[in-house]
This record gives sequence, structure tokens and C-alpha cells, in this order.
Amino acid sequence: MKQISVFLENRPGSLYAVLDKLRTWNVNLRALSLADTAEFGVLRFIVENPEKTVEQLKNEGFTATLTEVLAVGVDDRPGGLCQVVEMLTREGISIEYLYAFVSPHKDKAYVVFRVEDPEKARKTLENHTIPLLEEIPF
Amino acid sequence: MLREDLHKIQLNRLKKVLVRAYHNLPYYRKKLEESGIDVYKINTLEDLKNLPFTTKDDLRQAYPFGAIAEPMHNIVRIHSSSGTTGTATVVGYTPQDIETWSELMARTLAGCGVTQEDIIQVAFGYGLFTGGLGVHYGAEKLGATVVPMSVGNTLRQIQILRDFGISVLCCTPSFALYLAEVARENNVDWTRSRLRLGIFGAEPWSEEMRAEIEKKLPIRAFDIYGLSEVIGPGVAFECEARNGLHISEDHFLPEVIDPKTGQVLPEGTTGELVFTTLTKEGTPVIRYRTGDISALYYEPCRCGRTMVRMQRVSSRTDDMLIIRGVNVYPSQIESVILSFDGVEPHYQIVLSRENYLDQIAVHVEVSPQVFSDEVKVLEKLKKQIEEKLKAELNLSCEVKLLEPKSITRSEGKAKRVIDLRKKEGVQ
Repeated sequence: MKQISVFLENRPGSLYAVLDKLRTWNVNLRALSLADTAEFGVLRFIVENPEKTVEQLKNEGFTATLTEVLAVGVDDRPGGLCQVVEMLTREGISIEYLYAFVSPHKDKAYVVFRVEDPEKARKTLENHTIPLLEEIPF
Repeated sequence: MLREDLHKIQLNRLKKVLVRAYHNLPYYRKKLEESGIDVYKINTLEDLKNLPFTTKDDLRQAYPFGAIAEPMHNIVRIHSSSGTTGTATVVGYTPQDIETWSELMARTLAGCGVTQEDIIQVAFGYGLFTGGLGVHYGAEKLGATVVPMSVGNTLRQIQILRDFGISVLCCTPSFALYLAEVARENNVDWTRSRLRLGIFGAEPWSEEMRAEIEKKLPIRAFDIYGLSEVIGPGVAFECEARNGLHISEDHFLPEVIDPKTGQVLPEGTTGELVFTTLTKEGTPVIRYRTGDISALYYEPCRCGRTMVRMQRVSSRTDDMLIIRGVNVYPSQIESVILSFDGVEPHYQIVLSRENYLDQIAVHVEVSPQVFSDEVKVLEKLKKQIEEKLKAELNLSCEVKLLEPKSITRSEGKAKRVIDLRKKEGVQ
């Protein structure tokens, strides 16, 4: 699954500038996370047509890239996410970042994450019959 | 001293220094020959105005030892204006130069009111920078007691100030203010302190800053002036009248010129300060253009001294920045920034003052090539730029990463430096 990452300065209005464009282009956010430091932020999000959106953002002068991330659905219950992280931990796979959210309609939680070794992570999860999602369902 | 007696001494010394420079400094000989000037025909101080200037660039091109007019076995000390390759100016001192310098610095300290009874805390940097060692030798020459603290470690500086009964503090004015602030935070009671004088230099400061320092520390504050290319501290000093700085004219011949035309300006007119060293052996300079803006006043001072006074320096002709006493050119920062792949060639240097200390922030734009979705990659880039700037400038800078095109583009000359220090009443 492809995620769009956008560099944001720490100043009022920088997040709005990106979201305003997405609104204009009628792009719906499926998942989103905002990582911040004292100096700057990185906005990460999943949309339906990432290739087109990232081009549009670049044309508007934003620093935006596409990143390959993994996404899984886990049971929305205590320990649901823990099980997935446990598998990766056993294989020594380090997680760079992740963000998670629940769907109001299904008893699933969805987790988007980035690891150092995506291929190994993919295999590990498939071996444990945890399917990787090609898109975030609504 | 009567000015006519002084003029005789000056002319006599000028003739000697010109002949020595002509014979011992190839770059200077070339300059003179190109101007068609015969140093043996210089017979009045008026003739000085026809001689070619020496610029900082001349001295840089002579790096490392091309501006030294003596064989190395006669040189006992080397100082340098800034520690960066390519932009540094290097000066050498003979034993006689060290003696002269000490004498001038002793005169400077005495002029500000320091006596043999004083204990001086020297909080200028010791090293290639001329401040620390220059003041140190002068204070010893005067017979005062020296505590060689060098820079930094503010709490320890305060402790020594109190425990050792320091009566004179010698440092940059911004450090004095910072020290006062830290002392206040630590509830230091100055009533039993012996502190009475502050001798400040190495950076431009204002009357407002003087008032601030004197409000916060139990001292009278005096300005001293000097630059390594001329000798170091000890070129000029404020006397009790504090009405301009007396230049030690028996060693340095001052002029003020129009920086554009090079014409000598009359007394009282503001322009670029130019010095000719009259007694220096190691690195003599002829008509050295300091880049400092000042004016000269020849009328005798209330203190009785007849030596010329220079207006305190508040600005410069070039883009050199003085940050915490360190000379920095924006081009040095630029070359560091551009050495990183993917960093846009747009940057801005923002100077401010926090806790009375100069702060330097460097804003650089991040291009899509280096952008990463991982925060740690960006933080690493920021840290690497900061480390390289620190190594190049000898100053800690804060690097701020910006979105591309977020620095306002200018149609004319790019505005690279935003100096917010001036707004605080400090030049």
C-alpha cells in the first residue's frame, strides 16, 4: 500500500494548506498521522489514488513523496495489535512508525506501519495468516 | 604630548615601516610598484594618503604566512582572526611585538582605571583569538593580578568572581549581561563583592547596553577596541570621560576614508576606519581597511589626553557579522549548506539575542530529494548541518528545516541575513 508523506513546517496554516488542497480535489483521507518534532512535522496519509494526489501536491510546491507501507486488519479487542507486533519482534523486525484506527462498521482495527525490512515483514505476517491489505476498507 | 611632537615620532616610524614592508612583504612591494610609489620619497604624514590600501583579502591571499615580514625564528607567536581555512587572516608577533602589545594593553587597562591593586578576571577566549592572551599580558605588564578564566562555564565564572575578590571583569559585553542574568537567577548578592570595573570589547555594543550592564552589575563599563590584523585588543580605549575611544596614535596611524572612493575624510566625518601600524615587526599593515565605520575627533579630551578619539564602532562596510565576538561571513555558512546534497541553495541567517547572548539560526529549505517520511532521517540531516557549521564557524548554530520556496525570493540581492539584535537596542 502506498502512503503519501508531506513535509510541514511548524507554523500555523501549514497543515491547513495541504488539507485545503485535498478538499478542492475531492480526495478523501482513509488514514492519517501527523508526526511532529520541535522543528517540523511529517504528515502521512492514505488516499484512494495516491499516485495522482502526490503529483498534484508536488505541482502545488509541496515536498511530498510516496512510501510503500504495510497495512493489516486486526481484531478490535485487547491484544489485537500486540499479536502482530509480537510476530515482527520475534523476527527482529524494527518498526519505524505506525498508526492505527478503528472502523465504525466492522469489528476490525486497521494498522498502517513502516518497517526497515518490508519483504521480511510481509512474509512473516503471511506465514501467520495475517493478510496484508491492498487498501483500507471503509 | 604635543601633537607636533607626536607627528615627528609618527613620521619617523612611518618611514621605517614602509621601507621594511617594501623589502619584506612581496605582496606589498607589488602593490607599491604598481602604484608607482617610492617609499624612500615619503617625507610627510600627508603623503600617506597616496599609498595603496591593504585589505582583508590581501591578508587572506597571503595565508598562511605571507603577511609575516620576519624570518620564522624571530616570530614567537601566531594569532589568527578566525580559525577557518581560506578566510583566515594570520598574523605573527616578534618578541618586540609582544612587548609593544603588552605595553599598549597595559595602557588601555590603566586608561580605563585599572591599577596594580586590581584582580582581573579575563573571560575572553584564550587561543588563536587575540582577546584572552592580549589582555592577559597587558594586565601582567600593568602589575595587576590576572585570573585567566577564558570563556564559558558561567556558574564557575560567578563563583570565582566572588571567591577571589575580582575587581575587574574583562569579556564581551554580551557575556557580561548573561553573567549578570545567571547571577540574579542564583540570588548572588553583589553588595560584598569587590567588583568595580568592566572592560568590554570584541563586539559592537550600544549606550543602552552599557546602561543595562551597569544596572545589573556593580561596575562602570568601558569599551576597548582592537583587531588581530592591527595587533589585537589595545588599539583604542575609553577613558574616564567615556567620550570616544583614544587611539594609541604613537603605534597606529588612523584615517577615516570614504569606503566608495577611498578619499580621506575630514575630522568628524563618518567613514571607514583605516590603520597603518607604526611599530609592528611581525605583520605590519599599511593603510589596512578595517571595514569598521567610525569618525575621528582631534580636539583634546576632558581627561587631558591629546591622542585622537574614535567614535565607537556600530556598523561595518561589508557583510561580516560579529557573533559572540567571532567574525562570520554569510558566504562561509553558504558553502556549508551547499555541501549537502539535496539542500536547496536558499537559506537565511537569523540573528537574535537570547539571555543577552547572540543566537544564530540558519534556515534551509529541504528539497524533495532529501525529504523522507521518517523523522529520524530529517533530524539526522539537521544535526549533520549543525555539526558542520560548528566545525566551520566555531559557533553553535540552530538549523531550521523549511519547506521549499518558503524563504521569500527577492528580485534583487537576496536578503540572507535578518539581524533582530538591533531591535533590542544593541548594535
